[in-house]
Amino acid sequence: MPQKLKETDVVIIGVGMTGSIIAKELAAAGYKVVGLERGQPRFTVPDFQSPSVHDELRFDVRKALMQDNTREAVTFRNNSSQTALPIRRWESFLPGTGLGGSHVHWNGQTYRFQANDFELASRTRQRYGAKFLDPDISIQDWGVTYAELEPHYDRFEYLLGTSGKAGNLNGQIQPGGDPFESPRSRGYPTPPMKEHFQGATFRKAATSLGYHPFPQPSSNLSQPYTNPEGVKLNACVFCGFCERYACEHYAKAVPQTIILPVLMRNPNFELRTGCQVQRINLDSTRRKATGVTYIDAAGREFEQPASLVVTTSFALNNVRMLLLSGIGARYDPSTGKGVVGRNYAYQTMSTVASFFGEDFIVNPFMASGASGTLINDFAGDNFDHGGLGFIGGAFIGAVNTNGRPIQYHPVPPGTPAWGKGWKQAVVAHYNHTIMLSLHGSSVSQKQNYLDLDPTYKDAWGQPLLRMTFDFPKNDLRMAEYVTARGVEIGRATGAKQVAGNPRKGPYTITQYQTTHNTGGTIMGSDPKTSVVNKYLQSWSVSNVFVVGASNFPQNASWNPTGTIGALTYWAIDAMKNRYFRNPGPLVSA
Amino acid sequence: MTEQITRRSFFKTVGSATAVPVALGTPLLAIADATAMEPGDARAPPAAAAATSAPAPAAADTEAPLYLFFNAEEAAFIEAACERLIPADETGPGALEAWVPNYLDKQLGGAWGAGERLYRSGPWQAGTPSQGYQLPFTPAELFHTALRAINLHFASTGKTFAQGTAEEQDAYLKSLETGGADLDGVPSGVFFDSLLKMTIEGYFSDPVYGGNRNMAAWKMIGFPGAYANYYDAIDRHGVKFERAPMSIGEDRHGHVHVDPNIPASL
Repeated sequence: MPQKLKETDVVIIGVGMTGSIIAKELAAAGYKVVGLERGQPRFTVPDFQSPSVHDELRFDVRKALMQDNTREAVTFRNNSSQTALPIRRWESFLPGTGLGGSHVHWNGQTYRFQANDFELASRTRQRYGAKFLDPDISIQDWGVTYAELEPHYDRFEYLLGTSGKAGNLNGQIQPGGDPFESPRSRGYPTPPMKEHFQGATFRKAATSLGYHPFPQPSSNLSQPYTNPEGVKLNACVFCGFCERYACEHYAKAVPQTIILPVLMRNPNFELRTGCQVQRINLDSTRRKATGVTYIDAAGREFEQPASLVVTTSFALNNVRMLLLSGIGARYDPSTGKGVVGRNYAYQTMSTVASFFGEDFIVNPFMASGASGTLINDFAGDNFDHGGLGFIGGAFIGAVNTNGRPIQYHPVPPGTPAWGKGWKQAVVAHYNHTIMLSLHGSSVSQKQNYLDLDPTYKDAWGQPLLRMTFDFPKNDLRMAEYVTARGVEIGRATGAKQVAGNPRKGPYTITQYQTTHNTGGTIMGSDPKTSVVNKYLQSWSVSNVFVVGASNFPQNASWNPTGTIGALTYWAIDAMKNRYFRNPGPLVSA
Repeated sequence: MTEQITRRSFFKTVGSATAVPVALGTPLLAIADATAMEPGDARAPPAAAAATSAPAPAAADTEAPLYLFFNAEEAAFIEAACERLIPADETGPGALEAWVPNYLDKQLGGAWGAGERLYRSGPWQAGTPSQGYQLPFTPAELFHTALRAINLHFASTGKTFAQGTAEEQDAYLKSLETGGADLDGVPSGVFFDSLLKMTIEGYFSDPVYGGNRNMAAWKMIGFPGAYANYYDAIDRHGVKFERAPMSIGEDRHGHVHVDPNIPASL
């Protein structure tokens, strides 16, 4: 029998970025909040310190900060005619674990989506007609607009201290910024980071072709900063150990450096680590949550009653939590009915490598996770897709993050995989290559979805999440097109050799691409096609909120974190100013 | 072991030929607080560091690795195979001189070999290439199984892999890489991929893991290792960063990057 604990106002499942921010706001508003985190507690001091943090083998190759997949994996197949098998080692995407979640090991690339993205389905119909899209595509409007989210993007960027250059201040285009961005109410809290050589080379080439380069918005800060919570961050020193690592310097905005110091001091908040939530419990009507059941690190089972349950775990785990709890109807791709697990999407990543001669010294190891320069000329709907046969696009940029040699040793196509030829190519190109990233959007389509695996279990005996995914044809066409534009920019740098590598199918879990997994608990204005309403409240159980990239109906051309942060503050406003005043559905179904 | 290229004879040769032998973990440079680095520092190590950086002549480098995981026959194959995957040439050391076999030995004998971060519940079935590794073998089991099959094969030919010429060795490795040979249940391509991946890891990982001896692979490509601060160097575009590399094992003076204005704990 589980031990039943004293009731609390709010239970947070997963104390990462969104969980920390929500817990902080609700605890400050006077509610008793319990944060349940499955991983370990960890702080910049003593846990993230030099020299041990600069260990490529441990953190990059062995993935020390990631979800323990020996206990909790995901199964995968390309399509529903195959048998899904466990992802036995993480490669394609890397969910984190532990206090601070995946946000501890992120790169700090902090974008806003554009106004168009939030109304993608209707704006695509308007601009290109109802028959433009492949019939399987299931993109939707978000049910929330950019204008509604703008103050929350702003608040999130000021929490992080994001370093960047505004391109559109209240409708006025700003030189040096991104002219395609939707209007922002004020500039970034800190100026852009220093530009590395790859970024400067790209800037020159992109400008020569008439494009609009701008510095990547970075939450590795360009200068010391004290955020509105009173927490201090330092300037980034470009050590080149960012993504997959924790930052030793207090320079990367992560929960430990932006919000946890405030949250942990609030007596209304209680952090419990090593706690694996098994399910959200429902009453007999199945319309109301009564709390959660979890198992602690020593194997003891507890029931934690609560008035409000907020699931703030990694996108994939949010979906799994609803499926394990029976909240919302499961999506069935054969009928198109049901919502939980529907519209899983990803990111369509391509690259362009530009190889220079030995007199061109790049020093790739001097970088932050978010340094670099890019263009949005081929992102989103910033170019005319009429006649192209696809929607979406990619940012193209020299956003190089590191020169860690186990994983980074670029060689031209045709180089042998081993032996003297391989070794000499590595030596010839390591310090003389610029890699461009093409960070592409991802449409949702009917046959890509998440559900529970019928065979494989986690360490607690519960079904693993099953992913059924392959790249939509729309996105492969997009990748082909934008990669050709990237190759043109590569040639304009004066490189000796330029190699484009557009993303091709089938999707494979054996190669790292990105950890931008989206969808499965999508937001929207219709309970038949969304899991949560525009305030991220479950349509079927009104005292459950779900927050994360799992809310995205499809994925845009940029990294998701900025938008997750904006949605987080947006949902907090709804909880504080609407839900707690009158608990119940905030939108009538 | 064969009389032709025993690892002892190889490592003795290499040891005497190594110009700047340094015991693992010995400070090469007294890198103080990286935040104190001046722009001019980027080209040369501090003089004080040079004075203190010469450790005792390295008895250590005349020694061969002590193998804890591989038996003698396995070690003979691994040493010869790794050296073909990354051979010594004018650009830099080969896998043997970099002690890559020692890295493999310690990894396979430790947590990685035992299945660290490998989901190991059945049922087991072959998947598509996009579904990745689906065999029940841990890395340790995979290497022992495949190496036993390989050495049995060579025993039947009357000559070990290590006794072959470089061309013969390359041809055999190529057959492992591309062929679908069954090494007692381990597809040869899976074994080859694991061997190549771990060889590259051992060559380029921090020396604390037993390979990348003397940080020679880092010196070869110009990777500075565990340095913490390029703030002043990053916008000196196109200027080569000339410092000797730094291992995480060197910083043993409790150096912690803490800003005095930020509380050290919550």
